[in-house]
Amino acid sequence: MADDAGASAASRYDFEAALRRHGIALPPLAIDTLQLNITKRCNQACRHCHVDASPARTEMLSPAGIAACLDVLAQHPQIRTVDITGGAPELHPQFATLVERATALGRHVMVRHNLTVQLDGDPATRVPMTHLPAFFAQHRVEVVSSLPYYQAFFTDAQRGHGVFQKSIEALQRLNAVGYGQDGSGLQLNLVYNPVGPYLPAAQASLEADYKQSLMQHFGIRFNGLFTITNMPIHRFRLHLEKSGQYAAYMDKLLAAFNPAAAAGVMCRNLISVDHRGHLYDCDFNQQLDLPIRAPSGQAATIFDFDPQRLLKRSIRFGDHCLGCTAGAGSSCGGTTA
Amino acid sequence: MSSYYESEDLKKFGDIGRHAKPLADEFFKYYGMVTGQDGALSKREKALIALAVAHSEKCPYCIDAYTTACLESGANPEQMAEAVHVAAVMKAGITLAHTIQMNNHLDKLVL
Repeated sequence: MADDAGASAASRYDFEAALRRHGIALPPLAIDTLQLNITKRCNQACRHCHVDASPARTEMLSPAGIAACLDVLAQHPQIRTVDITGGAPELHPQFATLVERATALGRHVMVRHNLTVQLDGDPATRVPMTHLPAFFAQHRVEVVSSLPYYQAFFTDAQRGHGVFQKSIEALQRLNAVGYGQDGSGLQLNLVYNPVGPYLPAAQASLEADYKQSLMQHFGIRFNGLFTITNMPIHRFRLHLEKSGQYAAYMDKLLAAFNPAAAAGVMCRNLISVDHRGHLYDCDFNQQLDLPIRAPSGQAATIFDFDPQRLLKRSIRFGDHCLGCTAGAGSSCGGTTA
Repeated sequence: MSSYYESEDLKKFGDIGRHAKPLADEFFKYYGMVTGQDGALSKREKALIALAVAHSEKCPYCIDAYTTACLESGANPEQMAEAVHVAAVMKAGITLAHTIQMNNHLDKLVL
């Protein structure tokens, strides 16, 4: 029955029909970012996590996969940015090597750093990873960290009890090595996402609130806030369905469809890679197992990376894409409109 | 058995124009201009005022709608709770202010 309901709901929220109504086509524009999801393992198990990451997960990109990603970067200088994510990517045994080699290739490296892994370490060993701030600074990595709110209540509700306090401590450690400080050039960006089925507030307004509150209460500085809409997939979708809010949330996303936000969706400029080396239009399609297809019909992979062919592909859209085009839009870099 | 205030009815708000559409259209235009954009007050401030009024007027639809609107405009739970306290003290103050009327009448009645 649940499957039937899901299929019926999917047809009601036809993203491509919304594009057609607005006369919009969204072909790929470029490949300027390679987003690497190198592990699903995480020290946290957040309620909204679209990856379903947790301490129980073990998936890791193989050494051959890491090498293939670095080869692709070496051969394709147009890919300016490497966006390393997970799970907690720092738990991958070759994380440091990947960062070192990608920066040595002159690429801008972003790490989706969940903050608490500095204190928690790997769930199996619980050895803190206090070296991370200095390591990030040494390689001038852009650190992008989820902090769902500037107060404990919402943050702990979404990410687990005590996460807010640990996140504050980790942010202070990043500040101590220069992150977020004027003139350091060390970029520290935070990510907000709503704790329930509603749209984010205006990014600039919320950023001002975060900056004022985090400075006043904790002396924390950061560069920018990215507001991201919750995607109606996996853990969050399950929550919506269990609480009877799925249809209302999808209605909200559909009603808030914004053509200007659609034009800036991230799938037009990046390729996402999973722990098997398979390629996707974005991390959400990755988690939904909607790979980019090679001519053979199989999933395209990092091992046979062909940028010309990738630029000619049709991006695979689904109902979840309405999450990226609602209101001011949503991407891994925040609003798109 | 029928019941009042079904949460599903909130989405039927647009139907209030069913039998007087031109009037409802004017209302919705006005409603959007007042609540839907920043003006001398921000959308957030307007949402907090609306949340307070929703409580004082005891409208469950409005409480649901403006709890969401407050979050979507960046208000935090402390600000929302304080807004409701403003409504509460106004209600209490208005009740207590009528003791003046009571006292005036007492003064008339008492020899």
